[in-house]
Amino acid sequence: MRRAALTALAVLALASPAQAQPKEGIVRPADERGKSRLELGRELFAGNCVTCHGTAGQGMIGRERRLGSGKTEGLGPPLIGVGARAADFYLRTGRMPLGDPYDEPERRRPLFSEREIGALTAYVASLGDGPGIPHPSPEGGDLHEGLSLFTEHCAGCHQVVGRGGVVTGARVPPLEDSTPVQIAEAVRLGPYLMPRFSDKDISSRELDSIIAYVQRTQHPKDQGGWGIGNVGPIPEGMVAWFLAATSFVMLCLLLGQRVRG
Amino acid sequence: MRRLATLLAILLGVFRRRKRTEEPRRIVPAGTPSRGAENAVVALLVCAAMLAAAFTVVYAIDDLAHQTQLLGLALGLSFACLAAALIVLAKRLVVSEEIEEGYPDPEHPEEQEELEQVVRESGSRITRKRLLLAAGGAAGTAIGVAAVTPALSLGPILDTDPLYETPWRRGRRLVDTSGLPYRAEDVSPDTFYTAFPEGAEKDEIGSPVVVVRLDPSALRLPPERARWAPQGILAFSKVCTHAGCAIALYRKPLFPPTSPRPALVCPCHYSTFDPARGGEVIFGPAGRPLPQLPLEVDGSGELRAGGNYSGPVGPSWTGVRGEGPRS
Repeated sequence: MRRAALTALAVLALASPAQAQPKEGIVRPADERGKSRLELGRELFAGNCVTCHGTAGQGMIGRERRLGSGKTEGLGPPLIGVGARAADFYLRTGRMPLGDPYDEPERRRPLFSEREIGALTAYVASLGDGPGIPHPSPEGGDLHEGLSLFTEHCAGCHQVVGRGGVVTGARVPPLEDSTPVQIAEAVRLGPYLMPRFSDKDISSRELDSIIAYVQRTQHPKDQGGWGIGNVGPIPEGMVAWFLAATSFVMLCLLLGQRVRG
Repeated sequence: MRRLATLLAILLGVFRRRKRTEEPRRIVPAGTPSRGAENAVVALLVCAAMLAAAFTVVYAIDDLAHQTQLLGLALGLSFACLAAALIVLAKRLVVSEEIEEGYPDPEHPEEQEELEQVVRESGSRITRKRLLLAAGGAAGTAIGVAAVTPALSLGPILDTDPLYETPWRRGRRLVDTSGLPYRAEDVSPDTFYTAFPEGAEKDEIGSPVVVVRLDPSALRLPPERARWAPQGILAFSKVCTHAGCAIALYRKPLFPPTSPRPALVCPCHYSTFDPARGGEVIFGPAGRPLPQLPLEVDGSGELRAGGNYSGPVGPSWTGVRGEGPRS
């Protein structure tokens, strides 16, 4: 425990010129290769996460928030007991680390390498008992059931073919790049403003169907030849109006020319 | 009154013009009367009138199959008949005189008079002017009525009682889409649920409710609704009070200190309602709060309605602007 605290302090000292991630980049220990997974995870956590999540993952809520490295104010949820599931989701989709705790975490290019993500996930999982990374099997899902469940639970925000949108106060991410594991994680986690669905609300079999449907929307069959973004009747109507209206105007001009000539 | 005067003046004008036609010098050669064309015009105008009247009739019959298509067909054909009548009138009944020179200077009053005469005499093929006017008037009136009829859809103004009728009664159980009753312990604080009144028609506008669970200490309900949310479980009409879309979005923060507060959101125009404050509007075009359904938990832990909603369900109508129940 004492060694861990010392390491954390050492890394904090190293980190002080580069406080607010990710603007200044990721803080990495000098020799990543020589460290065990858990050790690397602990050092990365100390360098990049403690400002908001606390030195032992206890979170930063209320008065403790000035304990962040440097003079940065931190504010974040506790990570004890969230398990590998949450860490894997937030790191692999690039949602963490977050520059400003009041920003909406959004999908970005992950800033950590594959090995670093594995190490951090293992470290966060070691903080307390928590759910592991899910293993969905969408190939066993029922597409029809997936559509109706997606419509009922997800389409209000994510739009019926998963192209995302907005909810007042936040952006709703499109699901075009989401992997089955990430979808399963998000449904159980409820990131940012998303409702969280337990096994009681959406069973894992139903979840497989939802994922199968989302995978289908990632590669839509555009029977008409042109998907127009697959975002529904409004852009389709706009295109129809602009094309139809333009061709009608052209037709009128042509007819008028013939009469005049 | 003014219209009546105009009509009188036209009729008088008709008689006066009749006498004038005896005048010797014509500019436009007298056209041969064409009763066939006239009959066609009258027939077309009558068709237009009948089709426009049919629009009104179809509108009045609510349970007609393909009502929308029939409405479109009736009004469309009515306009087509009107257009056809005007085309026949212009092509076959109005004598046209081509003027190849430029317009004469306005200083020559005689020429002006001649021109007026040209206009008067060009109607010479019409023998039954009053019949034509009557048919035209009928078509105009019927189309006018058809155009105004949809205003009835702006909602009941005098009798708004039906808007307050919903299937919810005190003691009615809340069931899910497959008819299974909701138990209070099944309602998780992390998500939202859609419920219906047991045994009632799910399609009725007053039926669907959205059920959420908040921390009871976070509730800021009006004092008279203090007992409406047992264990922090709240139910609201799922139909937005703005345009009647389904409230399909629930904003549920994972980490409240850095996120907006929980809210029910309508995806159509982003009307946002605060469940903790009894469905108050916090953003968007909705003009009144989401009607709240009082809840009770019975002895076996099942959710039951404690009465009817706090206000009229569905989009706001001309006759429904207030938020509270009527006294």
